Amino acid sequence: MSEPEITRILATDCGSTTTKAILIEKQDGEYRLVARGEAPTTVEAPHEDVTRGVLNAVAEVEELAGRRLLDGESIIRPAEGDTGTDLYLSTSSAGGGLQIMVVGLVRRMTAESAQRAALGAGAIVMDVLALDDGRLPHERIERMRQLRPDMILISGGVDGGEERRVVEMAELVAAANPTARLGASYRLPIIYAGNVDARTAIEETLREVAALTVTDNLRPTLERENLQPTRLVVQDLFLHHVMAQAPGYAKLVPWTDADIMPTPAAVGNLLRMVAEKEGITAVGVDIGGATTDIFSVFEGQFNRTVSANLGMSYSVANVLAEAGIENALRWVPYEVNGGDVTNQVRNKMIRPTTIPQELSALQVEHGIAREALRLAFEQHKALAAGLKGVQTERDIADAFSQELSGAPLVNMMELDLIVGSGGVLSHAPRRSQAAMMLIDAFLPEGLTRLAVDSIFMMPQLGVLAAVHEQAATEVFWRDCLIPLGHCLAPVGRYREGRRCLHMALQMPDGEREFDVSWGDFMLVELGEGETATLTADAALGVDVGTGKGRAMTAEVSGGQVGLIIDARGRPLHLPDDERERTDTVRKWQMALEAYPEVDGP
Amino acid sequence: MKVVHAYTPGLRVTERTVVRKLRRLPLPGSVHVEVGDVVRATDVVASTELPGRVHTLNIAHELNCQPDEIHNFMLKAEGDVVEHGETLAEVKALFGLFHSFVKAPIGGTIETISHTTGQVLFRGEPIPVELDAYVDGTVVEVHRSEGVTVATDCALVQGIFGVGGERYGELRVPVQSPDQPLTAGLLDDSCRGCVVVGGSFVTIQGIEAAIEHGATAVVTGGISSEDLDELTGEALGVAITGQEDVAITLIITEGFGELAMAERTFGILEGLAGRRASVSGATQIRAGVIRPEIIVQTGAEAETGSIEEPVSRMGIGSQIRLIAEPYFGRLAEVVALPAEPEEIPTEAKVRVLEARLADGTIVTIPRANVELMRG
Repeated sequence: MSEPEITRILATDCGSTTTKAILIEKQDGEYRLVARGEAPTTVEAPHEDVTRGVLNAVAEVEELAGRRLLDGESIIRPAEGDTGTDLYLSTSSAGGGLQIMVVGLVRRMTAESAQRAALGAGAIVMDVLALDDGRLPHERIERMRQLRPDMILISGGVDGGEERRVVEMAELVAAANPTARLGASYRLPIIYAGNVDARTAIEETLREVAALTVTDNLRPTLERENLQPTRLVVQDLFLHHVMAQAPGYAKLVPWTDADIMPTPAAVGNLLRMVAEKEGITAVGVDIGGATTDIFSVFEGQFNRTVSANLGMSYSVANVLAEAGIENALRWVPYEVNGGDVTNQVRNKMIRPTTIPQELSALQVEHGIAREALRLAFEQHKALAAGLKGVQTERDIADAFSQELSGAPLVNMMELDLIVGSGGVLSHAPRRSQAAMMLIDAFLPEGLTRLAVDSIFMMPQLGVLAAVHEQAATEVFWRDCLIPLGHCLAPVGRYREGRRCLHMALQMPDGEREFDVSWGDFMLVELGEGETATLTADAALGVDVGTGKGRAMTAEVSGGQVGLIIDARGRPLHLPDDERERTDTVRKWQMALEAYPEVDGP
Repeated sequence: MKVVHAYTPGLRVTERTVVRKLRRLPLPGSVHVEVGDVVRATDVVASTELPGRVHTLNIAHELNCQPDEIHNFMLKAEGDVVEHGETLAEVKALFGLFHSFVKAPIGGTIETISHTTGQVLFRGEPIPVELDAYVDGTVVEVHRSEGVTVATDCALVQGIFGVGGERYGELRVPVQSPDQPLTAGLLDDSCRGCVVVGGSFVTIQGIEAAIEHGATAVVTGGISSEDLDELTGEALGVAITGQEDVAITLIITEGFGELAMAERTFGILEGLAGRRASVSGATQIRAGVIRPEIIVQTGAEAETGSIEEPVSRMGIGSQIRLIAEPYFGRLAEVVALPAEPEEIPTEAKVRVLEARLADGTIVTIPRANVELMRG
């Protein structure tokens, strides 16, 4: 018997401030986005019922799409004519998302594996406690009590290895007797995913103080990580323990046709599915006010990191502190007073909803965004890596190659797609500004496609991907992504002005041939929906992804910006001389027509 | 159509409210008060002992033996109390001709002796912790072994940002108006033990003078980023503060730069001059927001009843403050509220308002960049 056809899908994402609803319908054999609505999330007083925000957002969708989806306070199912929906799904990061504290033995080994498991499950890792974290035991206890996580993940020890230390760490957890963030009346969920031999002792230690769940060791041997069982337990506990305590979720859960997912887990799910289906590597970034999330799929492995203190409002002062004001301002094509900028940035931090009014303030904001993205990506590359602590057999060649265990998975030359989202990228007044921020921060190599998710519907599509892959994929490519275009960046020994590529382009309006020299940064117009065949003949020692000195031929699709050729070299160097620097940055901005005027503040 | 509201940080500035403060020990201990007890801010309401610092020593390494052999040489057992320098283990070789000793690196208790690793864990003397009431008030709840909740009928002023922990002192207002900077010349030894309220601005010299004269806290409209960093000794990163090691608590009510304190805030604080205040600079600007605060118990003496003044909506004639460049900190009056989004110099299309500045100039401002003034 065939399943009834899904013709209409309603999905919501309950964010910490806004609940966003999207409506998808099958039209002419294709799934398309029909409408999107939003309303404030209602998990705090005076409403304290998340379903209020959901109903308000859905009501807006009803109005915009001219459909009837609600019957009083329930969602009508199935879809018939203009009424009802076949599926209703939701994600949630309301109330600050899923906050986990990780406890492990060695910071760079089991504790890092546990961190990867927690992040991959969509959590915010509040802190990582480990034997070698430099803290005294009572400081660790105090930290656990202070932070009030939603759950604690304890890892440690390979199977059959040292038991005592992991039990010692569990004893600290027991001594802290931490209370849960939401709902004082329920016991804090603790997951144990460490050495199997220590399970009995761990159970004895923690039985009295917490709701303990034991799962497979996430690092059974030094050479192997086994993160999936832990991720599933984290998500299950999130749904049934943590969210069940949040106001109104008990009502929302039975409304949905699939488990509610933590928002970042849904985004990861979507990116992983898209990468698998298309056979591509991808990086997704969501730069928010407080945090920057980065997702990547390389060599079939999905990784996610959250840079908790890199963001554009709540954490904007920290971006300046971490990157250094000179780094943030190097992207601005005129001299700026650092002291004034620091005051402005801190005022943005304490009044996070203000927006740049003048072009100069916008340029400063975009400079800071580049640094936030750059730092977040560095953190991502460090965590999205092979396992550390593994003894590998090495021969004499390895000894010179620095290919140590723990080598990063992220390979920019292999990267096919970068998707940017978050206000500063999605709402940049010109799309070329978003393209430049992505290129300058991530420094793609070879041929890379750039896109932005204009209204951040990746969470809803991620939860949909778990239920209806086809609908999620079709809407992702047709309505979610705004294609910016491709970036072609040669890599090799940079010699200013020397020819590095010979380009031949078969464009919709004819053929073009031209040389590209080191230092060039140029835009070739190629609009959305248009394609071109590109042949890049690399000079000796220059690589565009096919090997040094080799030619590459590829089909490229256009976008709202076009085909960007970036021969500024990798890594990117800005001139030290102030006048030269401002001239260079201005030249780059003009090449992409990124800003309306660049004469200065 | 979406409605865009002007942002107000939602700071509470009220002459009378009831504040409940949970005072919780870091570890279970003893509670020294009962429900109904009237307490002063500095009264100790609960106390405990934190476990002493842990020190580890590998006996097997020290004696050059196998971990499972150390029991042959240990002179002390788990649970024994040892003094600093006391002999813990001893090896005699060649019929007692050669001795090797291991001495205790600290005084404390031997917590564990591992025959797997040869490691001995010492725990130092417990560290006593006393928790005070923080506010003048009444104990309304006792959390067994954990702490208490103290309620106070008080005036409450929340700042927008602060540094430094909980402190106390008499409120002192040496400036004449909310737009007068708090300078070193206004401070003298009469500020000792006081919470000093300034007007628009304080420089690092002003703060240094306040510290020199023994003030416990400074409350002012604004401060420059540079001076703040000089006070804390580091560049401010995330707005999660309260734990810094600073000699004085600083609370700013308006923002970074020179900014007149809001009239209403200044008026309330001026009216409370001479009263005992509890202050905290602890700030957390994100989910679970914490604002710095000035709390003064007033009880039934306050002239007004329970005040939760309604937030008025913005309209033509509303007094506003501009909270982003290029007009940051300036006061203005709303003269028009166009309904449709307009393009601003960045090319973004946003909802705007037109406002008249004090010098009569009419300017167009994104609505997100203004704050409604009250009182």
